[in-house]
Amino acid sequence: MSQIEIKDKVPREELLDSGHLACPGCGAALAMRMVLKVLGEKTIVALPACCWSIIAGPYPQSSLHVPLYHAAFETGAAVASGIKAALLARGDTETMVVAWAGDGGTFDIGLQALSGAAERNEDILYVCYDNEAYMNTGIQRSSATPWGAWTTTTPAGHPETHVKKDILAILAAHRVPYAASTTVAHPEDLIAKVRRAKSVHGTRFLHILAPCPPGWKANDDETISLARMAVRTRVFPLLEVENGERWRFTAEHPGDPVEPYLRRQGRFRHLTDVQIAEIQAQVTARWESLERRVRASEPAPI
Amino acid sequence: MKKVIVGNHAVSWGVKLARAEVIAAYPITPQTQIVEELAEMCADGRLEARYIKVESEHSAMAACIGAAAAGVRTFTATSSQGLLLMHEVLHWAGLGRLPVVMADINRAVAPGWSIWTDQNDTLAQRDTGWIQLYCETNQEVLDTTVQAFKLAESVDLPVMIVLDAFFLSHTSEPVDIPEPAAVDAFLPRREARFKLDVNAPRAFGGLTTPAVYMELRMRQQEAMERAREVFEQVEADWEKRFGRRYGAIERDRIEDADIVLVTSGTVTSTARHVVNERRARGEKVGLVKVKMFRPFPTAALRDALAGVPKVAVLDRNISPGHGGIFAEEIRAALYDLPAAERPQVDGYVIGLGGRDVTPHTIAECLDRTRAGMTSGARAREDLWVGVKS
Repeated sequence: MSQIEIKDKVPREELLDSGHLACPGCGAALAMRMVLKVLGEKTIVALPACCWSIIAGPYPQSSLHVPLYHAAFETGAAVASGIKAALLARGDTETMVVAWAGDGGTFDIGLQALSGAAERNEDILYVCYDNEAYMNTGIQRSSATPWGAWTTTTPAGHPETHVKKDILAILAAHRVPYAASTTVAHPEDLIAKVRRAKSVHGTRFLHILAPCPPGWKANDDETISLARMAVRTRVFPLLEVENGERWRFTAEHPGDPVEPYLRRQGRFRHLTDVQIAEIQAQVTARWESLERRVRASEPAPI
Repeated sequence: MKKVIVGNHAVSWGVKLARAEVIAAYPITPQTQIVEELAEMCADGRLEARYIKVESEHSAMAACIGAAAAGVRTFTATSSQGLLLMHEVLHWAGLGRLPVVMADINRAVAPGWSIWTDQNDTLAQRDTGWIQLYCETNQEVLDTTVQAFKLAESVDLPVMIVLDAFFLSHTSEPVDIPEPAAVDAFLPRREARFKLDVNAPRAFGGLTTPAVYMELRMRQQEAMERAREVFEQVEADWEKRFGRRYGAIERDRIEDADIVLVTSGTVTSTARHVVNERRARGEKVGLVKVKMFRPFPTAALRDALAGVPKVAVLDRNISPGHGGIFAEEIRAALYDLPAAERPQVDGYVIGLGGRDVTPHTIAECLDRTRAGMTSGARAREDLWVGVKS
């Protein structure tokens, strides 16, 4: 892709300042930067507890050029619902309200509020940046932590024994108008999906894989390559779902073996060849299931 | 306009008159009539509010927090377990300085399941930074509901209107409903000093280091202190326009009293009856009704009770391991009065879980206090009135 193409596709406007408090190589900071580039200044962010509670900066500072409400851990979707209702009550139909939560605040403690908002089809954008554990509290497992991963609550001797929760399918089951997965290493895909989300009304859900160098025990210059590998290996497929019905892949997923992806992360260092084969089998099985779902949801030929 | 309505609907009418803009609510007995009536009002256009039918009380308060932070007038209602579920976000509204208004129907907490009244649900929220106003009649409920918005928005603190399950929530009384235009003049649309505004982007509630957190608490406390005065101004304004006033505390025949009963909620009405009876028999008995629990009306209570020989506090609540909560707070408020003016304060726990508080119950409290049976450290049989042996 040429430079000119990138320039055309990625808005120049920056609504995230440098000097924010993210760790080097933080995927979550990249995610916010790109999402806000598309959404622009007419955006209000509801921010439940997550790494971003720190990245945004301490009182009285803010690294964002949009209004930000720090909210309780499990309240992202509910607070965003309230903000949207208030704007509508005063006749503002334009401003985008975003709930911005990590995987803990989405998959676990905030799932009830998210389900409520999605069921009511609240006119909000819910973004989950997923670093696959409670990173802000020091790397504890969440229900987004992949099978076999080390965290401080799933030590190497007893690594994570559950497969990652399928959050996109959960949101699709609510028949929200738009739900999609993307990563910080696919800016063209991410930006297209935010634009798409912005163009429709109702509850829109974006699931963004955001690698965490300290939590994944990876080098801080590997965020992009790891997220790209996650897609190429089909560990994290790029999808979009309309109205809970129409599933679509939005990238090529060549199906590279998972082992190199896992071996580059310290959180998988303890895995045996047998365990890696188990992960490969899980990834393959989920991919096949997804392919069936995508095929089944294709419109019938005319 | 006079209407005969239940206490729950008195809340709904108050919210309608206040023109709440965002309502987020979840059903729970015995509160549900409030939000049902509001749903009707929104559906037929009598109230132009956005109504969010959330999936829990926790989300009801969270949605009110978001809406209030965005600058509009917000309301919710709950009871008992619902209020307890909200506890974390009650703190958020309190320290976030958001003028959310909520009605809580006092209902005992489980287990065992109880839908009947006592005050443990609201008193467990004592330290969440909410103003708490306990009501006695449906007229007071309606008036207090409208006033609550004015008070909340004047001091940037949330306000809880509290009424007893069934004895008020489901009891019909004639209520004078003020004209909407008159209420509009009393309570104009909310104009928030600080709000989520894309034209003036700010962050609210971010990480607060030890270098600044304590000042936030101090400002909150100052606002609570100010709320006492503002409440008086709000009531004075209301009285001027509508002719009714209740007071943070109400003093009823205490000037010459040698025993003063202290009550809150609907027990007050029963206690008035007992005071009438005793006065008719020549006994010098008076009554203080406590409407405002937070901020605590310390100075008013000291003024009312200084020099009274004996005070009997009726608590429809208990702090397990300590005692009745109003009694303990009143003792603390009176402690540094000069010894000659400091009353003996007897506390009685009555009416938990909706047990009837009859004139007989209150008479027993009075008689025990008169007999001087209770003072100082209390034995179990001294604290409890109206329990089975």
